[in-house]
Amino acid sequence: MANTFAMAESRGGALRRVAIEAVSAARALADASGGGEVHALLAGAPGVAALAPELGKYGADVVIVVEHPALANANSEVLAATAAGRIRSGGYRAALFSASAQGRDLAPRVAAKLGVGMAADVTSFELAGDALVVRHPAYAGKVIATLRLTGTPAILTLRPGARAAVEQAKAARVESAPPAVDPATSRVVVKEMIAGGGAKLDIGDAPVIVSGGRGLKSAENFKLVEDLAAAFGNAAVGATRAVTDDGWRPHSDQIGQTGRQVSPDLYVACGISGAIQHIAGMRNSRTIVAINKDKDAPIFKVADYGIVGDVLEVLPVLTAAVKQARSQG
Amino acid sequence: MKIAVCIKRVPDMETRFKIAASGKAVDETGLKYDMSDFDGYAVETALQLNEKQGPGETVVISLGPDVVQEQLRKALSMGADRAVQLKADRVPVDGLAIARALAAELEGGGYDLILFGRQAVDSANATVGPMTAELLDLPCATAVSTLDIANGRATARRELEGAAEIVEFPLPAIVTVDEGMPRARYPSLKGIMAAKKKPLEVKPAQLGEERLTLEKMELPPERAAGRIVGEGPGAVPDLVRLLHTEAKVL
Repeated sequence: MANTFAMAESRGGALRRVAIEAVSAARALADASGGGEVHALLAGAPGVAALAPELGKYGADVVIVVEHPALANANSEVLAATAAGRIRSGGYRAALFSASAQGRDLAPRVAAKLGVGMAADVTSFELAGDALVVRHPAYAGKVIATLRLTGTPAILTLRPGARAAVEQAKAARVESAPPAVDPATSRVVVKEMIAGGGAKLDIGDAPVIVSGGRGLKSAENFKLVEDLAAAFGNAAVGATRAVTDDGWRPHSDQIGQTGRQVSPDLYVACGISGAIQHIAGMRNSRTIVAINKDKDAPIFKVADYGIVGDVLEVLPVLTAAVKQARSQG
Repeated sequence: MKIAVCIKRVPDMETRFKIAASGKAVDETGLKYDMSDFDGYAVETALQLNEKQGPGETVVISLGPDVVQEQLRKALSMGADRAVQLKADRVPVDGLAIARALAAELEGGGYDLILFGRQAVDSANATVGPMTAELLDLPCATAVSTLDIANGRATARRELEGAAEIVEFPLPAIVTVDEGMPRARYPSLKGIMAAKKKPLEVKPAQLGEERLTLEKMELPPERAAGRIVGEGPGAVPDLVRLLHTEAKVL
């Protein structure tokens, strides 16, 4: 029986979905190792403690709350020192982070501070005696590597969305702890947070992604992609590398080998030919729809449903039909 | 500025990979190699910084067997001044082992800036940069899409999911570069000729203990073949019906 540590990511005073995923995965690991406790670290500005019960709902036995006005934005130097200190003293079997932008920044620092092994961006894990055996997509998603991680504590980052969070309510005890180092001593300082467009869903969180490529012919025509996303109501807008290179969309929208890897329930590829670079970012989507005027485009090889046609003609009709279907459903 | 850039040799990701008979590697037959995409951006970033800001030195470092000299020579032909190979018979999968070897080489080197790609495009771990920063106790900004340097301080933009942040930090520091940074230039013929005379030093890599090891590699399951629903706007009603009744996503 061993306890498991989970990093519960928050932003702007709200829990991120990856926080729930990390806690839920830690619960599964603790149960598999004989029913140890799950200890979640939750850091933020004063008031962030209000989020602790939500972590209990997904299996946290203890929520370690670190509140400080300077932690309104994530500060990797402070968070790495604080997490490493707790992991060192807590005797954990493993420490789970998300492979989010924040977790990918944080977890390697913690592993290096502790001098322990780490596996990144894992889609599954299991205990195998003294080791953890994990799976990790590599080579642009074209190869699945199985890796063996030895030593304790083992550090993992979990691919966002790879493992569904499961409710398993615990009455989480809340412990307060100070930051391990004074945030005023941080060398890297956040000068400005630039929020995404208001209520706009992030491509990592959205159940539906509508994505556009060069077939849209201009930045202005992305309005058609945005309209279809709005018709779904729960969709985010993505883009290919060609489109972000041309400045039609910001780099943060790029889905692909050098951009974000996503796995939504539904991915609608609009005017996208299906270069390897792009397929690497979306091939794990549950259902893929492609609209492209070239019937031989490689995107049709990964698509579940295809329409051969001019995306500029098809999109307005599809948007109207989705609106109608949703108003009936 | 004295800038170090850590680069990795990777196979071309456009390849249709096969698994080698060992079950522990991709089949290397016919593979083409280059430096990892983001590492190319990092080399370019270093060269542009030193071109803009006056006299400096760009040092490229790669860990692995002798074949990595090919990528080091490419970086030299782009304009880097010298190269270091940290010789190992293979590149470990354990990021901390690699970071230890790099930190041992970088420590005491007097670098103002150490650049990495955001991640290697083959192993896709994104761990070695921030681990090296921790081992050297240097400020670190990961996945930056813009980088400005003035008066010994850096300002960088980091892309987060659905947001971005602007961070400031003093040099020396470690930065890992993401999309948004300049693409690698093509070496000129003059650059290729000059690279042959530039120093390439070979030293043993001090890897230490490895706690992450490879068990096996396999290809992911193929997606079941899809179907063309129809042509043009007329196919939309059928598509919407299939999304509703069959895929159940609408």
